[in-house]
Amino acid sequence: MSAIGPDGMTRRGVLATGAVTAAMTATNARARVTGAKSDPAAGPTPMPLTFEVNGKLVELSLDPRTTLLDALREHLRLTGTKKGCDHGQCGACTVIVNGQRINSCLSLALMHEGDAVTTIEGLGTPDDLHPMQAAFVEHDGFQCGYCTPGQICSAVSVLQEIAAGVPSHVTGDITGKIAATRAEMTERMSGNLCRCGAYANIADAMTQIAEAQS
Amino acid sequence: MRAFTYERASSPAQAAAAVAGTKGAMFIAGGTNLLDLMKLEIATPAHLVDVQDIGLGDIEETDEGGLRIGALVTNTALAADMRVRKDYAVLSRAIVAGASGQLRNKATTAGNLMQRTRCPYFYDANMPCNKRAPGSGCAAMEGFSRQHAVVGTSDKCIATYPGDMAVALRVLDAAVETVMPDGKTRSIPIADFHRLPGDEPQVDNVLQKGELVTAVTLPKPVGGRHFYHKVRDRRSYAFALVSVAAVLHDDGTGRVAFGGVAHKPWRVEEAEALLPEGAAAVVERAFAGARPTGQNRFKIALAERTLAGVMTEARS
Repeated sequence: MSAIGPDGMTRRGVLATGAVTAAMTATNARARVTGAKSDPAAGPTPMPLTFEVNGKLVELSLDPRTTLLDALREHLRLTGTKKGCDHGQCGACTVIVNGQRINSCLSLALMHEGDAVTTIEGLGTPDDLHPMQAAFVEHDGFQCGYCTPGQICSAVSVLQEIAAGVPSHVTGDITGKIAATRAEMTERMSGNLCRCGAYANIADAMTQIAEAQS
Repeated sequence: MRAFTYERASSPAQAAAAVAGTKGAMFIAGGTNLLDLMKLEIATPAHLVDVQDIGLGDIEETDEGGLRIGALVTNTALAADMRVRKDYAVLSRAIVAGASGQLRNKATTAGNLMQRTRCPYFYDANMPCNKRAPGSGCAAMEGFSRQHAVVGTSDKCIATYPGDMAVALRVLDAAVETVMPDGKTRSIPIADFHRLPGDEPQVDNVLQKGELVTAVTLPKPVGGRHFYHKVRDRRSYAFALVSVAAVLHDDGTGRVAFGGVAHKPWRVEEAEALLPEGAAAVVERAFAGARPTGQNRFKIALAERTLAGVMTEARS
């Protein structure tokens, strides 16, 4: 699905090249800084992290400041997960950790030692879409696509949360069984913003999957 | 983000000692508020003590017939616990009225109590703020103050406590259990946990350096009908302009606390005694001494109308 440019390079390829250039610049800057003796700007000592990402055991050595989001994107090159606001307000960074969706931007990678992380790349592939991914395609649940990985990770989790009986702000009787109504789904998706306004189609995609599961 | 070192504590007492004994150290649990503040360099801990491995993740029944909620129980787990849904519905309702599903999955019971204000001037390091930089002044008083506190304010600060969960805990007469760095424990009534700003708005609560919240206890169920009505600028995922947590009985008596109006959950017991007389009487007493700005004066009328709506629903 990647757009091919006039020089035969994909848009993703251009972005990756840009990222490498930026990374080299940052590395050079760091080298100059560390050259000064006992400079506090040299940064803290990296710490080890072992966790599971999309079913594979991963070992990293990270500056403690690294968020889970940056570990996924910048260290593991899993760029499906997106950085929107980086402050937990937009939901573009949503991933599933130990079965629960979280904002990966508001979590330090080191806090996830031993955890199992699922990103959009772990839910499905272009050749083998997750049912929710297929439903988003079928219902046009996106336009620019930037929020989509977070929307899909959230949508999959929302249906699990309803099935598990987690109440929401719009649940009538919070002691009873909770139905996967449109009102329940849209309330629970409020932590995922879409500036293109694909909300109605996202709700349609989720409704299709919810009905298939019931 | 400023550089910091990181460790994982193995027990509550060890975590408390680690924070007390390390310069610039802070606890981190869910991290959903702290990391936000660290990215903006409003919080600049030199050392983080991660408390996720110290236990405290369970909800247990107490000998008194209540519940002890471990400090690390997530907002989602607490709101979904069937004992809470049945006997303390105001608490479930308050929790799911706040934040987003992703945040509630990570945010903890203790961390929610420790949540800092969402005053935009507190978040903007270019502006004066007595809570962020004591003595620098308050930009909110002469600025955009529509969201700010109307009661219990001081000349130094008009910030609100932003959370929903604690407003319900206040109505339920919860207590906050802690452990000190020397291993001693204490229980703090929720009414005394959060402070009014006074001359030290930088101090949100009565915890001492290194003192760690280990649990929140709920007394035995009080019965009644439980309500949490939250009024906000959008229907979901926004902080309260005004919220009302209430437990109302058939005889017209009950308990009520307000959120979004003060530096702490706002409950005035003498005011709720006036519930049989109607919402206007309660709000007049609860907000006696209020010092609203021109922009947030509406919150007092909104509090009355929100409470009146709750009372109407209780009679239906």
